[in-house]
Amino acid sequence: MAASSKAEILKHLRSTQLEPVELPELDEPWTTYQDRAEQFAEVLQAVGGRAVRAGNLDEVNRELDQLPAYAQATKVCSLVDGIRKANVQMADVADPHELEDVDFLVAPGQFGVAENAAVWVTDQGLRHRVLYFLAQHLALVLPVAELVDNMDQAYQRLSFAEPGFGLFLSGPSKTADIEQALVIGAHGARSLTVFLV
Amino acid sequence: MTRATKGNHAARAAEFIANAERTQWHDQALWFVRAKRDKAARSVPEWERLRELASQIKLHTLARLPEYLEQFEEQATRKGARVHWARDAEDHNRIVLQILQDNRVQRMVKSKSMLTEECHLNPYLQGHGIEVVDTDLGERIVQLLDKPPSHIVLPAIHIKKEEVGELFHRVLGTQQGATDPKYLAEAARAHLRDKFMKADAGITGVNFAVAETGGLVVCTNEGNADLGISLPSLHIACLGIEKLIPRARDLAVFLRLLSRSATGQPITAYTSHFHGPRPGGQLHIVLVDNGRSRIRQNPLFRESLKCIRCGACLNTCPVYRRSGGYSYQNTIPGPIGSVLGPLRDPKFNYSLPYACSLCGSCTEVCPVKVPLHHQLFTWRGEIVRDRLLPWQKRLAMKVAGVVLGRNWLYRLSGKLARWVLPFLPRLLIYNRLNAWGKHRELPVFPKHSFRESYEKKHGRKQQG
Repeated sequence: MAASSKAEILKHLRSTQLEPVELPELDEPWTTYQDRAEQFAEVLQAVGGRAVRAGNLDEVNRELDQLPAYAQATKVCSLVDGIRKANVQMADVADPHELEDVDFLVAPGQFGVAENAAVWVTDQGLRHRVLYFLAQHLALVLPVAELVDNMDQAYQRLSFAEPGFGLFLSGPSKTADIEQALVIGAHGARSLTVFLV
Repeated sequence: MTRATKGNHAARAAEFIANAERTQWHDQALWFVRAKRDKAARSVPEWERLRELASQIKLHTLARLPEYLEQFEEQATRKGARVHWARDAEDHNRIVLQILQDNRVQRMVKSKSMLTEECHLNPYLQGHGIEVVDTDLGERIVQLLDKPPSHIVLPAIHIKKEEVGELFHRVLGTQQGATDPKYLAEAARAHLRDKFMKADAGITGVNFAVAETGGLVVCTNEGNADLGISLPSLHIACLGIEKLIPRARDLAVFLRLLSRSATGQPITAYTSHFHGPRPGGQLHIVLVDNGRSRIRQNPLFRESLKCIRCGACLNTCPVYRRSGGYSYQNTIPGPIGSVLGPLRDPKFNYSLPYACSLCGSCTEVCPVKVPLHHQLFTWRGEIVRDRLLPWQKRLAMKVAGVVLGRNWLYRLSGKLARWVLPFLPRLLIYNRLNAWGKHRELPVFPKHSFRESYEKKHGRKQQG
């Protein structure tokens, strides 16, 4: 049944030869920024998140302690080594549903995009990707050297050669579905802090 | 209501605009989104270049669609997904049901997908005893009201917070009279978390499918798509075959345009890239034709397949803003829906290309340069040719054609009108037959026509 649908669709498509259109090259002088970190921080704030400069992991820990959501968190999971309060061991979690009550997740960002404050995160080495969406609050640790200017540069860093999951995260979860009133914390994280280290 | 009235956009819009205050509110809500789009678009210096590239990439892909579909299937399969092909809505629904039944799924969560709306998947699955929960907040609101979305990006844009409050009070037990969006959204969060935790499978739509890598990209602001498919181990992704793009790098072009055009955001909060299932899970991809290959054959309307469903043409359309999504009675309303609707069913949707003032604003904002108002204009010609207009309109056009085509008759008619009309009783002029006079008054007639005045002043010129 499925095979015949496929054959039928392809046959139908092939019955009409369209004039070829060239696939454009994308090497163009796309927008760049003098200060990527500043641009990133500005956009992140506009989309409901917060960027914090931190010299090292010690400072990240200190800044985290200042966050009320972190201070009040009971279950903290960290994919970054050296986060003092981390108390959820991912290796112990067999079923992703067990992560329902995680209050705070600290995760590494692979790189960030100045243009739109998106941070690329993946499930590499992460058993349950749902953690990104289930945790009540989220903090990402992103080396400032890993900021690119725009989305074109971003995709040049990605190959997708292997199976896997990756995500551009930009700001906390949000909705404006009730009378266009912006509400932060729709289903996913209620807050997003990005530490630029 | 007769079938003829039901099939008429103007008649359905009349119901909506009967409430002037609400019409105004709806208009303003959408204009607010349009204004945000303008600001976002202006912040990108290469905006026009991006539109041009996006259009070219889509045209290129359409020309080579069979090859790209095969490449996509090959790559997606290599990454561990299972690819299914559905020639129509029925095929699609059957395939989805089969996958769900094979996995003994009873409860299913779904993120936004206009394709599954188009295929009427929800009632089909519910008819087979499967619980379907739409998880986008706006979609959940309309689902609980037993209504379809009225907008493709903002499904509940036509609903007031008081109505949401009342609904949530009744269904979710929120406080009576509560209307604070934050409070209501929080109640929905708790309600839907429970649904996410209990779901056996998740269905998502797809924003882009990458032929080169076999990957899928899904964009949300709420995070509902990701929650819905990373708790249960079964993910079904449904997409129309026009969602293909050749290379991952093309995403840079489209993602820079999509959410800026849709809501004025630089990018959605979550832009997820799926290559294969997650470890231990299943990913099923259903590629759906349902009339798309036929549209591709049609040189007049082929470019409508470039659409990336951002909703910008809806937000800017002066008719959509003042008539509401339901007046189109089509899965996709607004300018793009008025092009696609008649392609699906010209007889039922004949009036949609007339729900347009040809102002061209839709074409200006479209991020992939679909020539929307040109297509709507073209549709009118098709509809007249195929005699799909009601007889009153056909007759009026015929009469106008005869009069305007004959100089003497035109002049005589003008004279007669100036003499006779001012003395006729209102009832004879403003009645059901005169749709033009429904909301308008005739101007005061001048004593002489322009031609008469001109001739009087400059003397009679030779007849042209």
